[in-house]
Amino acid sequence: MQAETQADSTKKGFARSALDAMLIPLLSILTAVILGGIIIVLVRGNPFVAYYGLLQGSFGSASALSETAVWATPYIFAGLAVALAFKGGLFNIGAEGQLALGATTAALMGYALPEWLGFDLPRIVHLPLVIIIGAGAGAFWAAIVGYLKAYTGGHEVINTIMMNYIALNSISFLLNGPMKDPNPNNVIARTPLIAESAHIPPIFEGLRVHWGFVLALLAAYLVWWMLNKTTLGFEIRTVGSNPDAAKYAGMNVKRIIILTMTLSGMLAGLAGTFEVTGLNYRHELGFSIGYGFDAIAIALLGKSHPLGVVLASILFAAMRNGATRMQFLTQMPVDLISMLQALILLFVAADAIIRYIYRIKSQGERVVLTRGWGG
Amino acid sequence: MDWRRFSFIFLIIVVLFGAVVMVGITKSTPIITVTSMLATTIAVATPLVLGALSGVFCERAGVVNIGIEGMMLTAAFFGWLGAIYMFHVFGFEKWPSILIGLLTAILAGTLMGLLHAVLSITYKVDQIIGGTVINILAVGLTGFLNRQLFFGKGSAFGGQIPNSPGNLLNIHVPLTEIFTPICGGSANCTEIVRAINSVLDQRPIAITAIILVFVSHYVLFNTRWGLRTRAVGEHPKAADTVGINVIRMRYANVLIGGALAGLAGAYFTIESVPSFEPLLTNGRGFISLAAMIFGNWTPIGAWVASLLFGASQALQIKMQLFRDVIPPEWAFLQQSYVVGLIPYILTMIILTGIIGRTTPPAADGVPYEK
Repeated sequence: MQAETQADSTKKGFARSALDAMLIPLLSILTAVILGGIIIVLVRGNPFVAYYGLLQGSFGSASALSETAVWATPYIFAGLAVALAFKGGLFNIGAEGQLALGATTAALMGYALPEWLGFDLPRIVHLPLVIIIGAGAGAFWAAIVGYLKAYTGGHEVINTIMMNYIALNSISFLLNGPMKDPNPNNVIARTPLIAESAHIPPIFEGLRVHWGFVLALLAAYLVWWMLNKTTLGFEIRTVGSNPDAAKYAGMNVKRIIILTMTLSGMLAGLAGTFEVTGLNYRHELGFSIGYGFDAIAIALLGKSHPLGVVLASILFAAMRNGATRMQFLTQMPVDLISMLQALILLFVAADAIIRYIYRIKSQGERVVLTRGWGG
Repeated sequence: MDWRRFSFIFLIIVVLFGAVVMVGITKSTPIITVTSMLATTIAVATPLVLGALSGVFCERAGVVNIGIEGMMLTAAFFGWLGAIYMFHVFGFEKWPSILIGLLTAILAGTLMGLLHAVLSITYKVDQIIGGTVINILAVGLTGFLNRQLFFGKGSAFGGQIPNSPGNLLNIHVPLTEIFTPICGGSANCTEIVRAINSVLDQRPIAITAIILVFVSHYVLFNTRWGLRTRAVGEHPKAADTVGINVIRMRYANVLIGGALAGLAGAYFTIESVPSFEPLLTNGRGFISLAAMIFGNWTPIGAWVASLLFGASQALQIKMQLFRDVIPPEWAFLQQSYVVGLIPYILTMIILTGIIGRTTPPAADGVPYEK
């Protein structure tokens, strides 16, 4: 009897803690939406029509749903990348570069591998190879930063930013030069189309949503499982919350730091890879601008929890996707969405503001996400 | 800043300049190449210097500022907007409009600094997250307003961007005029004087930036204010014990940092070119952050580091000028992306500590709680 009560109370505790975890993000979204409405009124628009357009454009039809899922796929992967790094006490601002590099490498493997080999590969060989190499490129790019962090103390925030610019500059060079689509009609910096054997098929005939979305959900589950059910996950979380304790407990902190960055980069690389193999079938300059920062917002909004990341990604994807419809209905510029997202992020980051507005008492300890330059 | 890093920076700058002289040898004399590149270096380093100074003030007081990029972008937009509104809507003359634009930029930067201060000092938000919020907010805000004000429904300018009243121009130092009689008829002498003159003729914000480097150095290391700022950044508890108001010092310095980033933003739309496009700061805020670390959180060090980054950017510009004299096998160097990698790679090398360790203020990034 008593045991049952105890189980009951833990269950209740879980429910309440889940609610508490969701409460701040939900109130942040609500507050941002209200503020966004005020902004729309200020620029002489109708907020109800605008938000109706946003909803209709993102969830109103099968194709709208499909497009939302299409947008959500890279968001989930990149958001998981940032969230995983947060769990390990690292701030990966470099998802942008890792994603772009993954996409470029995947595109290269997609169009050039059959040429190099001199024969066509079957999809069952070609596609996995492209995915592995694309993910590997992202992983490698982030691993450099992890290595520098572990062995020289170079701060990952600056280094990932620098690696972003190195990646974007190098990719600009490649897409304007050696990897440029040789088609004489082409003036855009983009690669040739990848081979058919490297395509990820769409889930439904006629809609653009592809199996990458399902894999993104699977990845979210795997990240959760890895973080909570494996020794490695325990080590990552320990290093993230208290590196000194991890060291005295005999964990190899340097190895964990490098591994965390590598896994994080791998997820970001996958985001780029699936954009190429599932959607665009090539890499084009400038398509990925902004994913990296959106991913940070998503990870923060999702409180670095894989399920939270998935939900936040769908929200952001819906906003991006519905924005076109909103613009059509109300002539509100699409950039309004960036404002809304920035406001959401602002309130999630400064939860004290939300707690103050809605009179919510603070519970538990503050979560350490990053450390200053010295750490 | 220790001699090792100083000589390293000097060496790289010499190599960069040497490269341009070599490439351009058939087109112009070395002295003209060097001075024109030096002039470009000083000009393009301006936002980097100001951004780095912004970081120095914030971080010396113990507040990490990775929002410099966003502050610059916001300031660049509002400065430009202010100038346009004054000129077209309120009917001001050209120069008053530009001046008000400049002040608007500084004000916009200061307000972003205030936001950062509120987030990181009052609400004790993780300061790196706070800076990221500012960066994302700046992109959203400027993008939205830019589109809404000029292309949106019922915009004041009928769907097109009006001409800006103009930008700040070079201030002429009358060096040539003074020295020409002294030189007598010597052509060499006149050429040298004219070349030096071309370096000195800079635009107002560029000159202000250099003055501010030395002012900041003096303020931080020779005044009571500077001592208190550093105390608050190194050991806030001790500072509090001796009666320094930690919160107020931090607020003041972050606001100063915001204003400096605002001035850096003004460089883009009020001084460099009189126009705005989304994302025009293009990572310069992050480079100035790197320059600040590179310069070990000192104004003069940050200035020298900014000059290094400026030189590599100047190299990029000069390479394009010498397009037709570069041998074909080196043609890929003309592509700005390749030379453009230099500052980023250098920054990462610096961070490894190979060329001397950098030491941030001890309480940098730690919110103060009594």
